[in-house]
Amino acid sequence: MGVMDQVELPKPIKYVFNWGRKYSLWCFNFGLACCAIEFIAASTSRHDFIRHGVIPFAHGPRQADLLVVSGTLTDKMAPAVKRLYDEMPEPKYVISFGSCSNCGGPYWDSYSVTKGVDQVIPVDVYVPGCPPRPEALLDGIMRLQDRIQNESLPERIAERRRDPANVGAEAGLALDPHAVHTAAPVLGPTGGDA
Amino acid sequence: MSDLDTRERVLQGTAPGEGLAIELIGDGDLVTADMSLSIGPAHPATHGVFRIVFEMDGERIVRARPVIGYMHRGFEKLAEHRDYRQIMALVNRHDWLSGFANELGVALAVEQMLEMEVPERAQWIRMLMAEWNRVLNHLMFIGSYALELGAITPMFYAFREREDIQHLLEAATGGRLHFTYNQVGGVKIDLPAGFLRESERLVGVMRQRMPDYFDLVHGNEIFRGRTVNVGPLPVDVATSIGVTGPALQATGLAEDARVTEPYLQYDKVEVEVPVGANGDAFDRFDVLLRRIVASIDVIDQIHGHIGAGPVNQKLPKMVKAPEGWTYVRTENPLGQLGYWLESDGGRTPWRLKMRTPSFSNVQAIPYLVEGQLLADAISILGSVFFVVGDIDR
Repeated sequence: MGVMDQVELPKPIKYVFNWGRKYSLWCFNFGLACCAIEFIAASTSRHDFIRHGVIPFAHGPRQADLLVVSGTLTDKMAPAVKRLYDEMPEPKYVISFGSCSNCGGPYWDSYSVTKGVDQVIPVDVYVPGCPPRPEALLDGIMRLQDRIQNESLPERIAERRRDPANVGAEAGLALDPHAVHTAAPVLGPTGGDA
Repeated sequence: MSDLDTRERVLQGTAPGEGLAIELIGDGDLVTADMSLSIGPAHPATHGVFRIVFEMDGERIVRARPVIGYMHRGFEKLAEHRDYRQIMALVNRHDWLSGFANELGVALAVEQMLEMEVPERAQWIRMLMAEWNRVLNHLMFIGSYALELGAITPMFYAFREREDIQHLLEAATGGRLHFTYNQVGGVKIDLPAGFLRESERLVGVMRQRMPDYFDLVHGNEIFRGRTVNVGPLPVDVATSIGVTGPALQATGLAEDARVTEPYLQYDKVEVEVPVGANGDAFDRFDVLLRRIVASIDVIDQIHGHIGAGPVNQKLPKMVKAPEGWTYVRTENPLGQLGYWLESDGGRTPWRLKMRTPSFSNVQAIPYLVEGQLLADAISILGSVFFVVGDIDR
């Protein structure tokens, strides 16, 4: 990140800088289940989130700014999500798309399902629904963009460094994927019901 | 003496002046170590979290081992803790591209155990929905298979049609993917006004647009080059593994539960079962495209059959299947779906065993990819149409 994460930019420059960042979100779709189909529907012609500046062609987590976890996360899959998240460069954002990745959804009493992706990685925006409509994803993306517009990058990075869930990743250490993420999510469920 | 000579001498282990001892290595004598290549669980070409481990000898696959279970959500166990009304909302999620067809199987099984007569209008509505669902499912695979082979455009075409059909089904059911429209004894509510007119219009639209697909993908030289004669599946291997649906029909066997063992009112309509010639990737894709055309013809026939009448039965407050068991098989978009339902007379099933088409179809993948090149493996993986949730349940 260079100096960007250490120096607080002057307000007009920060505005332009954040404006640029929020409209070029290279998105890595972690398509797990049904919700991935609605994610694809949101990216194709009718809903077309590319017009909001979300580019779903990141070749992998290392080129991505935004991780969209769409679908049921199982205990067997959780380490892979954690690993891909750790591979993403800062500043990185996570949208939890659908009830399963929010809280387990219809599999709340299943023996093999992780009850929410926020037990493994920190989440910025939750999109409710089973599966949510593509319009709900657009709403979630716009809320995330509002957040990016108004945030201070040095503060965000500093907060990340204090977060125990990220300490190991910074040091390049292998993390316990089942460690429960303790920091409270900054933005609660959007409640954007479409 | 040039540098190149020195280097070659060192490699050959000869001293300068001795002359080069060049040894020709015969075909097959070169000893190489096999490489293990893991594809997935999050790989774009596997659409879902399917993982497969290849043992490679150079570019050629020696052994393939699918690793499943990344999407195991415990459907069969959860079904034992849901009553028959709640199960509908659960089972339509295991194959997320054919929600309606999944519900249908469970509804038929419970009705069979209760010896319940379903109103005729409800049966025709179920057939109409099931066929539209089949079209939805196949369109998704047509888009995604082309995407895996490097063409993005068919995806946009497929989703243009999918959105139209989803819009239609949403009017009746309220859902885009998971309809939860079936219930024991019929369907939840009657069709909204104007539904059939809109459905008829959509049949016309689909018939008009189908040639686009045949032109775009079917006649594409690159597409043919990557799929023709790639991964042929002989009919005897397919039947011994238990492959069903488009992958089986591509081998030339016209097996379709709607024809060979009709349920609902399928014996009153004419269902065309398209078959392929040698069961390669191109045939599987071709059968999928022609199945859409066949389904649209069926939908057109159904429109003429839907009469007036009730759409469901009055149910007691708590549906309890009598003690015993039953097995119902239906033709899901991807193949044969079987539900084995056992009840001890309680309000939940004692056991609900699923025989899902994707699980059986992926068993053919090791047979298909072994001995093939890695680049062809992607084309083969996509052509054995499967949904990961349907494999892992």
